[in-house]
Amino acid sequence: MADSTPFVDFDRVSLAYDDSGNAIEDISLSIREGEFVAFVGPSGCGKSTFMKLCTGLHAPTAGSVQVDGAAVGGPLKICGMAFQSANLLPWRTTLDNVLLPLEIVKPYRSQFRKRRAEFVGWARDLLRTVGLEGYEDQYPWQLSGGMQQRASICRALIHRPRLLMLDEPFGALDAFTREELWCVLRDLWEAQRFTVVLVTHDLREAAFLADTVYVMSRRPGRIIERREIDLPRPRELAVTYEKPFIDLVQQLRNLIGDIRSA
Amino acid sequence: MNNNDKLRERLAPWVAVLALVAIWEVSVRLLQVPEFIFPSASATAQALVTFAGPIGMHSWQTLWTTLAGFALGVAVGLALGFVIGSSRFLYHACYPLLVGFNAIPKVAFVPILVVWFGIGSVPAILTAFLICFFPIVVNVATGLATLEPEMEDVLRVLGARRIDVLLKVGLPRSLPYFFASLKIAITLAFVGTVVSETVASNQGIGYLMMSAGSQMRMALVFAGLIVISAMAMVMYELFALLEKRMTGWAHRGQR
Repeated sequence: MADSTPFVDFDRVSLAYDDSGNAIEDISLSIREGEFVAFVGPSGCGKSTFMKLCTGLHAPTAGSVQVDGAAVGGPLKICGMAFQSANLLPWRTTLDNVLLPLEIVKPYRSQFRKRRAEFVGWARDLLRTVGLEGYEDQYPWQLSGGMQQRASICRALIHRPRLLMLDEPFGALDAFTREELWCVLRDLWEAQRFTVVLVTHDLREAAFLADTVYVMSRRPGRIIERREIDLPRPRELAVTYEKPFIDLVQQLRNLIGDIRSA
Repeated sequence: MNNNDKLRERLAPWVAVLALVAIWEVSVRLLQVPEFIFPSASATAQALVTFAGPIGMHSWQTLWTTLAGFALGVAVGLALGFVIGSSRFLYHACYPLLVGFNAIPKVAFVPILVVWFGIGSVPAILTAFLICFFPIVVNVATGLATLEPEMEDVLRVLGARRIDVLLKVGLPRSLPYFFASLKIAITLAFVGTVVSETVASNQGIGYLMMSAGSQMRMALVFAGLIVISAMAMVMYELFALLEKRMTGWAHRGQR
């Protein structure tokens, strides 16, 4: 896979929202199709900005962003997104929440009525794989935070995106639920091999899930380190308690520490 | 909560009404207030019965003009709220204007309306409308304008147009705000109608009270007050019920 053309390609990209200076600066990187990439860095380092550029929600002020061989000119519907807050709609059942993207994205939106039964099947399958079978007809406020986040990931995946963007998706969960969801995400990824961009504060999360970890500097965000994680796959949670993993996290931690004290 | 508590909770408002009536009756009698100053509860009740015919006629006038003004307020309020709430620019542009407009005492409009439309139902309807559309606009606009940016990103990346986001997320999301505002708006609409009737009409409860007052028939004036507040309460409860029905998901904590 290493020799194929990059799926996501950033060439000297900078973005300034206003006159206060660049949010991210001079970022060049490429992501292979099917790669799992994590971005870590101190808060306010422009990780979320990176996501906006990647999905075409924002255009760069300098440099160029290419996804799937074409320059990004607007919102990319091959992307699915999930955030720290699940943002499920409280008047829709879990199932209907997951189906929402299909009511909007082309070409499914025009087929939604006709193929509804089929789409419901997709949603149910997806919900089952994340362990939400039997909760389809519950409303979001009847679910726990972890379950809401699972549903939110299903919503991001329902239209079979090739690029999944996750912005601190597990940030608001307790430690045990978070680790459970790491495994859910790992299994989804192992099965479908979409490309993932994960933005996180959690170094263990990044190291456990990703193929490649990028460390970003303080604002203006630059990439100061690219680290390939060569731990064998599939990874079990137990890996995170072993020496190589702990050393790796330690090194990443030191890098962040240097940035923060700089 | 057991059934006994529930029953007590349901009866409590009725008991409060009865208590108020009792205090009213007893204090008027004890203090021997003359009826042309402050009629007793029983005298007011008697007036209600004696003048049931005219009161009924004038209440009907007040009710339908209020509802007409309210309907107009809902239509305009919804439309304006939708427009203002769906555009940041318009929201910022129009909000101060609306606040300024709302601060004008609506009774000040009545003479203008009379010059334009003569006395009668039209100024009453328009005053009710003017006074009641503001809370609807503000609530609908706020409901729409406070959409979570993440939710918008999720949909925009899928190629959602502005109208998609508004219909799928914004509008259902603002419904609880909308229904909450209806309860406020309907009571305000009564205020508008009655205010207009007292100065610029020869029908309606406002007019009835005004003319009864000028003849020192205070029992009839008070009967008019009671009828207005009863109508407003009934309408309020109606919209409270509708709110519960339509937006149960927003009130899950109170089940």
